[in-house]
Amino acid sequence: MALGPYGSRHLPLLVSLYLVRKITIGSRVVSCTARHMAPAFVTPTETTVPVESLASENASCSVLTEILAPTHWTDCYQCGKCTAGCPVAAGVDMAPNQIVRALQLGNFEKAMTSDVIWTCVSCQTCSTRCPQSVDCAGIMDALREVSLRSGLASPEQKTVVAFQQAFLNNIRRNGRLDEIELIAEFKLRALPSERSLRFLFKDAGLAPQLQKRHKLHLRGEKVKDRAVVRRIFERCGDGKHA
Amino acid sequence: MRLAYYPGCALHGSSNDYEQSLRACLGKLEVEPQEIKEWICCGATAAHALNHKLSIALPARNLALAEQQGFEDMLAPCPMCSMQLLKAAKLMDEDAGLRREISAVIEAEVSGHVKVLNLIQVFQRIGLDRIKPAVKTPLADLKPACYYGCLLTRPPDVVKFDDPEQPSSLEAIMAVLGAKPVDWNYRTECCGAGMTMAKEETVLDLSQRILADAKQHGANCLVTACPMCHVNLDMKQGDIEKRYGERFGLPIYYLTDLVGLALGISREELGIDRHFVT
Repeated sequence: MALGPYGSRHLPLLVSLYLVRKITIGSRVVSCTARHMAPAFVTPTETTVPVESLASENASCSVLTEILAPTHWTDCYQCGKCTAGCPVAAGVDMAPNQIVRALQLGNFEKAMTSDVIWTCVSCQTCSTRCPQSVDCAGIMDALREVSLRSGLASPEQKTVVAFQQAFLNNIRRNGRLDEIELIAEFKLRALPSERSLRFLFKDAGLAPQLQKRHKLHLRGEKVKDRAVVRRIFERCGDGKHA
Repeated sequence: MRLAYYPGCALHGSSNDYEQSLRACLGKLEVEPQEIKEWICCGATAAHALNHKLSIALPARNLALAEQQGFEDMLAPCPMCSMQLLKAAKLMDEDAGLRREISAVIEAEVSGHVKVLNLIQVFQRIGLDRIKPAVKTPLADLKPACYYGCLLTRPPDVVKFDDPEQPSSLEAIMAVLGAKPVDWNYRTECCGAGMTMAKEETVLDLSQRILADAKQHGANCLVTACPMCHVNLDMKQGDIEKRYGERFGLPIYYLTDLVGLALGISREELGIDRHFVT
């Protein structure tokens, strides 16, 4: 086996890296090379598993690496402090440090399809505590953005995705949030995945409670110049969230 | 103090009791924040989760509007809004190209000279030494758990406010009001934030831990400066009690409620009677 500049003492490391990639990536691997994604682990030898790839995956990889750049994701040394402080880590498929690890190993798709990116509450504790200044919360944002654009968002997380989309659509239309309109659009968007009448009407009981406290606005506020808001959304590449 | 006011959507929506309280309280201290004309939503979690550029452009538009309207200081009482505004300002400060790009996107020049303040900073600017002699009704019976939540102090390089692990600015205000804030563990833990509708169980779970820890440490109320935290801990408290079979009965106050009460403003004027837990 040609090990290039590496002596036999590196063999176990190379083998384990290869195996980790095999196991975590499986047969279908995103097309970026390890050299491209994980400078910390890259060796001059070719450790990447050759893969057949999809053009869209290529695109999402380069978009993702670009958006990820300011997060210092390659600096993570797996101390686990992000996960220790994460309020939702206990109940998710991948902990924050595992997400960063998956990225370093070149397994972008695994990270983008993970539940945790939609369970994350953006509390910023991970980024605040990281001794390497890795912006883990920023990584979650980048993964959400590209995962949604690439149609990779986990089906279990459709409800959260529906909420965020309904929210942005609402701002796009009104400039400010119209709560009742938001709830209505969110419920309709999430209904196909929730499939229950209970979900549809669950919060209806709140209306009279809010009404009693003068907290219910049947008509939300709108800014006057809504055209400029729409133009801002368009220039940010944000069309209507279908 | 000439102060721009960026209410954000929550304070003009179901958290309008916060705005009522804020106006009553600051008015008593002779501060009249002026609402920024034509302000738009900061984009909140939805923007930063789904569209990075939009999460800079939306707050930047508001910074530009405040500049155009001649303000130098801007109060954003919602910590989500103030963090988003500060983040946009920081990113544009660090990158002149981004500033130009965003100015074109939002159709307005944004120089970045407007200073964004959270509510605690406004009280600090008024001066605790000025508030102290104005206290008419010391809150001697109150043992509040001062709850900072996430975004008042995080991310620290963006908000540059207080200590992200051991903050003390709320406790300092409580001491001036004659209240006795308790020492507890969950001051900077997350309540579940904007997941109230989309992932209710996360909110109930995280908020339960906050209420339970506050209670365990002897608090008889909780004080916050965040409208989302207030929704999750106040409006959802009944649901939390039901789900966990545990009774808390902890009133949740906005910071301006307690300052206002100490200054002699009535509960009705502050809108405290509109809370769920009273």
